[in-house]
Amino acid sequence: MKARIKFRKYGALRFIGHLDVMRFFQKVMRRAEIPIAFTGGYSPHMIMSFASPLGIGLTSDGEYFDIELTEAIDSKTAVKRMNEVSIEGIEIISFRKIPDDKKQTGMTILAGADYLVSVRKGALPSDWKEQFSKFMSQPEIQVIKQTKRSERMVDIRALIDSWEIRDEQIYLLLAAGSSENLKPDLVMETFLKYANISDDVRFFYHRLEMYADESGNGERKLIPLENLGEEICMNSKTDL
Amino acid sequence: MRKLALDDEILLSIEKPARYIGNEVNSIMKNKNEVDIRFAMCFPDVYEIGMSHLGIQILYDMFNRRDDVWCERVYSPWTDLDTIMRKEGIPLFALESQDPIREFDFLGITIQFEMCYTNILQILELSQIPLHSCDRAENDPIVIGGGPCVYNPEPLAEFFDLFYIGEGETVYDELLDTYKKCRAEGSTRTEFLEQAARIEGIYVPSFYDAEYNEDGTLRSFIPNNICAPASVKKQVVMDVTDTVYPMKPVVPFIKATQDRVVLEIQRGCTRGCRFCQAGMIYRPTRGRNVKRLKEYAKTMLTNTGHEEISLSSLSSSDYSDLKELVMFLIDEFKEKAINISLPSLRIDAFSLDVMSKVQDIRKSSLTFAPEAGSQRMRNVINKGLTEEDIMGGASQAFEGGWTKVKLYFMLGLPTETEEDMKEIAHLCEKVARKYYEIPKDQRNGKCQITASSSFFVPKPFTPFQWAPMCTAEEYTRRAHLVNDEFKAQLNRKSLKYNWHDANVTVLEGIMARGDRRIGKVIEEAYRLGCLFDSWTESFRDDLWEKAFLNTGIEKEFYTLRTRDKNELFPWDFIDTGVSRKFLRKEWERAMNAEVTPNCREHCSGCGASKFGGGVCYEGKN
Repeated sequence: MKARIKFRKYGALRFIGHLDVMRFFQKVMRRAEIPIAFTGGYSPHMIMSFASPLGIGLTSDGEYFDIELTEAIDSKTAVKRMNEVSIEGIEIISFRKIPDDKKQTGMTILAGADYLVSVRKGALPSDWKEQFSKFMSQPEIQVIKQTKRSERMVDIRALIDSWEIRDEQIYLLLAAGSSENLKPDLVMETFLKYANISDDVRFFYHRLEMYADESGNGERKLIPLENLGEEICMNSKTDL
Repeated sequence: MRKLALDDEILLSIEKPARYIGNEVNSIMKNKNEVDIRFAMCFPDVYEIGMSHLGIQILYDMFNRRDDVWCERVYSPWTDLDTIMRKEGIPLFALESQDPIREFDFLGITIQFEMCYTNILQILELSQIPLHSCDRAENDPIVIGGGPCVYNPEPLAEFFDLFYIGEGETVYDELLDTYKKCRAEGSTRTEFLEQAARIEGIYVPSFYDAEYNEDGTLRSFIPNNICAPASVKKQVVMDVTDTVYPMKPVVPFIKATQDRVVLEIQRGCTRGCRFCQAGMIYRPTRGRNVKRLKEYAKTMLTNTGHEEISLSSLSSSDYSDLKELVMFLIDEFKEKAINISLPSLRIDAFSLDVMSKVQDIRKSSLTFAPEAGSQRMRNVINKGLTEEDIMGGASQAFEGGWTKVKLYFMLGLPTETEEDMKEIAHLCEKVARKYYEIPKDQRNGKCQITASSSFFVPKPFTPFQWAPMCTAEEYTRRAHLVNDEFKAQLNRKSLKYNWHDANVTVLEGIMARGDRRIGKVIEEAYRLGCLFDSWTESFRDDLWEKAFLNTGIEKEFYTLRTRDKNELFPWDFIDTGVSRKFLRKEWERAMNAEVTPNCREHCSGCGASKFGGGVCYEGKN
């Protein structure tokens, strides 16, 4: 049986990198006695995969990882037990059963993620909102994207599903996942260049949610990864 | 939510910000207004090293059991943050509360190795506490040192208000109660130190005067305050089973050097190797009750979520109930994918059997510590390991499927000859030959024999405390001689030889047996920019050289002399329980290459039986 776990990362925990968050959860699994499955072989490790790593410095309300269970466990009980052994800065939000199908892992189906970008008051010129609207109204935004092996030109505008200025913050819904992935910092760096603003402005990024694409026909219909799972209710079973 | 001492921009610009934010699982938060004493516990090295230290975890737990004390942790800021803190005047802070150290009642520093001395000055300076105890004001924290290096605290005497000599479990409560009482009575800093000096095991360096002879040796070392005893007694916890042990050790976010549950099975060692300070100062050997250890293992694994457990002791094979404990760990935890790590095991049939169960033979290597190449040399150092033991162990290991063997040696031991040095290479060659005696179709390709040598550093309270050291050039010459001999061996392609840096060794030797005058050199080296001296990449021998030159202190006085039988040593005011007479007798036996049996075979009357327990009274109920 597979389960998807959603958690929040906030406060001082934004300084803990992805690999250390993985290590943290491996220990949470043991402390909370979650019946997680292990791989075979001489040095078995937990079957656990994260949907998308979160960089150092970012906070999030919607982080996900999938695990393999050796037996069912009640969702509410699992969330409670995990939170009891967690710390300030990581809060488990949900624990849901997902289909066993390999194509359904969070990493595979991830299609989008949205963010709130904020900046210290006064760090940007006063007309930044108009500038940002103008930046976004371009039909395309070509950027050189560096990968580990190559550099290529990418139209990042096409990877921005939607955007909005909310008071002093910017909301961005971006393509995410294995085929196309856009990080919010690339959007903001490109904007700074576009608007001729010095690149020492530091933004703070908060991830809101991660989504899968339900439509399957190119017309994107994003739904939160969490919605693809269902609560495991063990108590009702025993009641019967 | 806690406010961090460093702002986001700083934390995002430095390496591993997780070193400085605290908030780890099992770290202790208290309300500072509800405690009487705030204690900052420091390991003067980077977080990942400091967090791996068992002693601090024990004391952290012990202090925080008290409602009136909040003990927090602090480690050395790495060089990137050090630069920023100095530039912006940010005071050093504790991980839990993120409050400045200078607001604390105590700053406790554990001193585990000599090459951290400049880091101690960094901690003090970044905390904005005066470096010299004599310059500290009433509201500065009391700076207290502990750990193995305080068995000769003299090079650090000026920088500390107090030293705690021995194991922390015994008189800390008394010290903290005394502090509380003094503060309630409005006593001065000096009045508190006077009260503290009356507590057994507490040494207040400013209450003693050192005078020197014309030849530079110590003439006298006497108290200048009536509260200070002439001799300070080492502290030992005799009941190691019913003492405190942390059931909920702090679990770091980032990978620490020791990322596992550590189960201390015994203290002390029965072997009596003559170079080994730990083997002398932690006498008598005391083992923990095996039933209790089993409970601890379970509880600690549950409370931490660690996926590995390691046994800790100076010589695990000498623990009486080792078999029972190891079998329990395997039966109980192997199924749960918990790794079991068994360091400091002697290689024999039992340990090989156990190791084949807990580790991947193809990947792991077996370790021998013969310490010296020739039998004569091993007799001199009283290392009761014979060539037959090594060859027998190696042969069994090769038959069991292992192909990698590591051997540890020391160079520069007292009475060492060129023949002794070359024997290191010969011994390794013999081990390799043992492997190639196995028929080709039954072995797994080539074997890999890795030998490492460190240079011997004479330590206080060992039989070798009288021994001379060599110059760095001489050490290097010896290492090259050994290396050349390795290259002349038939199986040289299966042999690898590494050696340590000789300059660090010389410095370590000066610190280990230094007197109060060495404090000036440490301070000067720190001023010149020395920091993290135990890290190869930051060790600056040129600056240390300059520090000796600027202070006019001669290295050779501390290293090259054979000390006279009756010379008064700077550390002689400490009473470790092991008598100087015994150490001298052992020195003389060493010179005659005579072996002394271990404590279980025969009591040699070292003096530690006066503590009234441990191995000295085994089977004598």
